[in-house]
Amino acid sequence: MHSKKAPLPLTIAAFGTLLFLHVPMLIIFLYTFTPDETTYTFPLPGFTTKWFAVAWGRADLWRSLTLSLQVATIATISALILGTLAAAAVYRSNFFGRESISFLLVLPIALPGIVSGIALRTAMGGFDIPFSFWTIVIGHATFCVVVVYNNVLARFRRTSTSMIEASMDLGANSFQTFRYVVLPNIATALLAGGMLAFALSFDEVIVTTFTAGQQTTLPIWIFSQLTRPRDRPVTNVVATFVIIITFIPIFLAQRLSASSSDTEGENK
Amino acid sequence: MTNHLSTPAVQFNKVNRYFGEVKAVDEVDLEIRDGEFFAMLGPSGSGKTTCLRMIAGFDRPTGGSIYLYGQDVSNLPPYERSVNTVFQDYALFPHMTVGDNIAYGLMVKKVPKEERVRRVDEMLDLVQLKGFASRKPSQLSGGQRQRVALARALINHPKVLLLDEPLGALDLKLRQQMQVELKAIQQRVGITFIFVTHDQEEAITMSDRIAVFNHGKIEQIGSPSEIYEKPATTFVAGFVGTSNLIGGELAKRLTGSDQTFSIRPEKIHVNTTEKTTTMDTITLDGVVRDVVYLGLYTRYLIEADGVDIVVVEQNLKTTSMDVVSAKGQKVRLSWHKDHISRIGA
Repeated sequence: MHSKKAPLPLTIAAFGTLLFLHVPMLIIFLYTFTPDETTYTFPLPGFTTKWFAVAWGRADLWRSLTLSLQVATIATISALILGTLAAAAVYRSNFFGRESISFLLVLPIALPGIVSGIALRTAMGGFDIPFSFWTIVIGHATFCVVVVYNNVLARFRRTSTSMIEASMDLGANSFQTFRYVVLPNIATALLAGGMLAFALSFDEVIVTTFTAGQQTTLPIWIFSQLTRPRDRPVTNVVATFVIIITFIPIFLAQRLSASSSDTEGENK
Repeated sequence: MTNHLSTPAVQFNKVNRYFGEVKAVDEVDLEIRDGEFFAMLGPSGSGKTTCLRMIAGFDRPTGGSIYLYGQDVSNLPPYERSVNTVFQDYALFPHMTVGDNIAYGLMVKKVPKEERVRRVDEMLDLVQLKGFASRKPSQLSGGQRQRVALARALINHPKVLLLDEPLGALDLKLRQQMQVELKAIQQRVGITFIFVTHDQEEAITMSDRIAVFNHGKIEQIGSPSEIYEKPATTFVAGFVGTSNLIGGELAKRLTGSDQTFSIRPEKIHVNTTEKTTTMDTITLDGVVRDVVYLGLYTRYLIEADGVDIVVVEQNLKTTSMDVVSAKGQKVRLSWHKDHISRIGA
């Protein structure tokens, strides 16, 4: 497989695609250093790091960042708990409508965000639920649950049921079985699913605009900055920061799922 | 517990297990003696595995009770029974070392570390895996995993050890070796072993007694020789080894009763010349329809009175040339009358 070289046009196309995907991000990164605060001129008229300091000093930015981190953390934790429970139910018991429930759980991630957003807003409005921090969390949890659920369910399907029986047989009660056998087996799936969920929540815009009240999450803050061209480099600083924060968990999640699927095959 | 010798290790009292409409286990009564190597033999879906799972506690009876040394355990969870299981797929914990796997039962019971280490060493010794404690299950061969599963199940000193198709995943040679070894380990630890198998040879080789299962019921319980030589039902006669079943008019002519009887292929002699018969011999004339030379022995298919009879003879004096030439010949079959087994119902 590795001995044969890919044909040249294919190589060019592959690199072209990668450039198309990632050059815009480099541009953002580049313009965090521009001294010109309103327009994008190339080459840069100079070089400055002052925007980092400006960004650091902006209280509204800090508020948004804190809010985003809080929302992502709580949405991820709820997703970990709910997603694992749902996966366990769907995997272990065979009840009427099991397949439909599985489908309905996965649906929110396929549904356009704008549809979920409108649906959530209408529902919350209908029940007179005031928009708050918690409505954002609920909105994010709808799609965060899915990634955890999918990861954990896939792991359960590769784990033999007799392992749980073996644990009980050897004298472990349900709690001990979960602690010593189930949890270690799904740990990497939980970590991967959790990080993916965190990253998804952290940069979510559409559902958030429908479910937030006065709160401004970081992506919404960036979005609102577009109408204020004066502070453009500050926005770039923040965007770069978001890229880094999202990059790390996604990168780790990928490595985790890859390495655990390698080792798991050997045990069968 | 006071009367250890006479209390059965496991007792089934009219045990039922239904899965919806399906009677997986149907009114089973069973007594397994203390210290016995007991086999549950039957085809898949015969209820043998369900019985095993009910002894372990993974399944609860729909009706009836199960006693373990006199104690009713029908509704106890698996972790409250002094029974351990060796699973068909071994069910080793992949994230733990061999030593941790074996120590698991002690670890969840909070046995002190020093004692755990000592007992794991004992167990590794018993299953001849000294020096493997720090390996991961993924680094072991099938036979070694089997031994780890056995050690893990024995470390709690259960009163009864259950084995679910324990040798099913091993190749023939390893299987034969493990048959001998399992039997030796059982005698050494003196624990009641109950194992489930669909392999009649395995059941005959290893067990003290066998229960033959079919359609959720026990067809016959007995020692391997009883099961083999005196099958009680048509099913047992056919499932354990091969048998010739003779009934109706022919049975009446041969034995004086039209009750169906079974006769094992190796108990029948094929005589082409001999005419002498004694009082105890039953004879029958037939024609050789087919001959299969199998090296160690030859299998004949003989038609007599419209009934096909299989006969197996060892090739003590004959060669392949001799046996193949028997095809189409008229022969006289004979067997001792004690070698037949009358089949009930």
